[in-house]
Amino acid sequence: MQLSNMYQEVILDHYKSPRGKGLQSPFGGEAHHVNPTCGDEITVRVLLSEDGKTIHKVSYDSTGCSISQASASIMFEQVDGKSTEDFDKASNEFLAMMQSKGIFEPNEDILGDGISMIGVAQYPARIKCALLSWMAAKDAIIRANGDK
Amino acid sequence: MTTTDSKIKLDIKKIQLDFPILSREVRNNRKLIYLDSAATSQKPQVVIDAQNNFYETINSGVHRGAYYLAELATDAHEHAREVIANFVNIKSEQLVFTKNATESINLLSYSFLNATLKAKYGAEVDKRLILNPGDEILVSELEHHANLVPWQELCLKTGAVLKWIPITDQGLLDYSKMDSLISPKTKIISVSHMSNVLGSITDIELVGKAAKSVGAFFFIDACQSVPHMPVDFSKLGADAIAWSGHKMLGPLGIGLLAATEELLEIMPPFISGGSMIETVSMQKSTFTKAPKKFEAGTPPAAEAVGLGAAVEYLQKIGMENIHDHERHLTKLMVDGLKNIEGVTIYGPTDDQDRGSTVSFALNGLHPHDVGQVLDDMGIAVRVGNHCARPIMDKLKVQSTTRASTYIYNDDSDIQTLLEGIDEVFRFFGSK
Repeated sequence: MQLSNMYQEVILDHYKSPRGKGLQSPFGGEAHHVNPTCGDEITVRVLLSEDGKTIHKVSYDSTGCSISQASASIMFEQVDGKSTEDFDKASNEFLAMMQSKGIFEPNEDILGDGISMIGVAQYPARIKCALLSWMAAKDAIIRANGDK
Repeated sequence: MTTTDSKIKLDIKKIQLDFPILSREVRNNRKLIYLDSAATSQKPQVVIDAQNNFYETINSGVHRGAYYLAELATDAHEHAREVIANFVNIKSEQLVFTKNATESINLLSYSFLNATLKAKYGAEVDKRLILNPGDEILVSELEHHANLVPWQELCLKTGAVLKWIPITDQGLLDYSKMDSLISPKTKIISVSHMSNVLGSITDIELVGKAAKSVGAFFFIDACQSVPHMPVDFSKLGADAIAWSGHKMLGPLGIGLLAATEELLEIMPPFISGGSMIETVSMQKSTFTKAPKKFEAGTPPAAEAVGLGAAVEYLQKIGMENIHDHERHLTKLMVDGLKNIEGVTIYGPTDDQDRGSTVSFALNGLHPHDVGQVLDDMGIAVRVGNHCARPIMDKLKVQSTTRASTYIYNDDSDIQTLLEGIDEVFRFFGSK
């Protein structure tokens, strides 16, 4: 079944056992994103270092489909405790992969389990689901920096 | 479950051959099982041919030009109007072509706004169309956004207040609350005939009577009813009804508004420009009579002609037959879903008072994931909030999976859907 390209085991695993789920305080910036077509929602919080270069803590709460949930869990794993530079690298790599229609060699060092989302890129209707958490995290970081 | 096609007098297999798209393959070379007609219907060859024929043989501007082709095009356009008007039992003059049902409803709401604004600056308008702060507009909780947002907008621009009839847990309007929501302040009542999410049917007679009792205008969003059951405008007691062509086997890009002659006479134009004027000077203009008063610009004539062919096709099958066939499919679907453990059906589960649009949930699974696995089997269903977010809030869900039928669906389509749902549970290991 072609479908197993999208729903890879690692995705279903993140969906069933999400990492890092649950909002935490204190935080420096928060963003709430919605996918208006299906109603999926996510809130992401980030706590940055004084100089704004390190993500001390990322936390989130979300409801939605397996792809959006797994993507949030993977995003947490890749981003929590990393530098904002690493975040930019990972989110750019992830965005490029999602816009590739599936023709892409994702870098596992940068994306970790995120490489499993390559199959999702072949389904245009689901790309938004995969991107939701990353976009919200990006916004939360911008807000956290804006408050400084 | 066994199939019971033999009990149906219609030859659905033969009807399916009229729809070229149904013979194509979709994902994984699967046969297409199309269960999303509440979003848009498929088109029979006669409709595609009628539209092509317009472009191939008579394409020209309608209602302008005195040459041969322009006459043929104008005749074809107006013949289509006659056929569609006859279909809902009104005169041709009562039928306005629009872009889609959303535009039809906006035509109504903007007529009130335009009348209210024009009166403010001294123009002569019918007082019944003027909205003052504190006037009320009543809709229901199960409206499609198309019959909700235009009224919210109208309230913001006039100071009118929006109220709504709540729905019961079964997805029907809570008529017991209606009396307390209607008063002489109520100027407009606009409700949908059939829910595009739950399939529930509104008691139009009851709401219409309530509207008349306070002298309110009564409008109906008939998008889900006109394609699926006999609808006679004169029996609805409405001032206007709006629906779309593409949900009733017609082309995309054409919608309809049927209204009383009186309302069409008093409403000021919505969109203005060419085709809708009598005389124009640099100082001012006067307008033609309805329906053309509301049809500014070059009309989508080929689409109108295609829709005329769609209506003739539906009439040949018979709306009563279509309604009966869909009641049969709905019963199969609802009974089948009830028998699958872990499925929740939203809306009425009694086939007597519902249309063939069925929303449901597979417990513990997100509709997007459900739709994806069904798609893998060639089954096209809609997942999401169906442009009716308030119903989702009422049901306390984010979204639902929705299957809806039409004349080209048969028992085996429903059977495939039910098997597909078992497969979804298997795929995600939920059973």
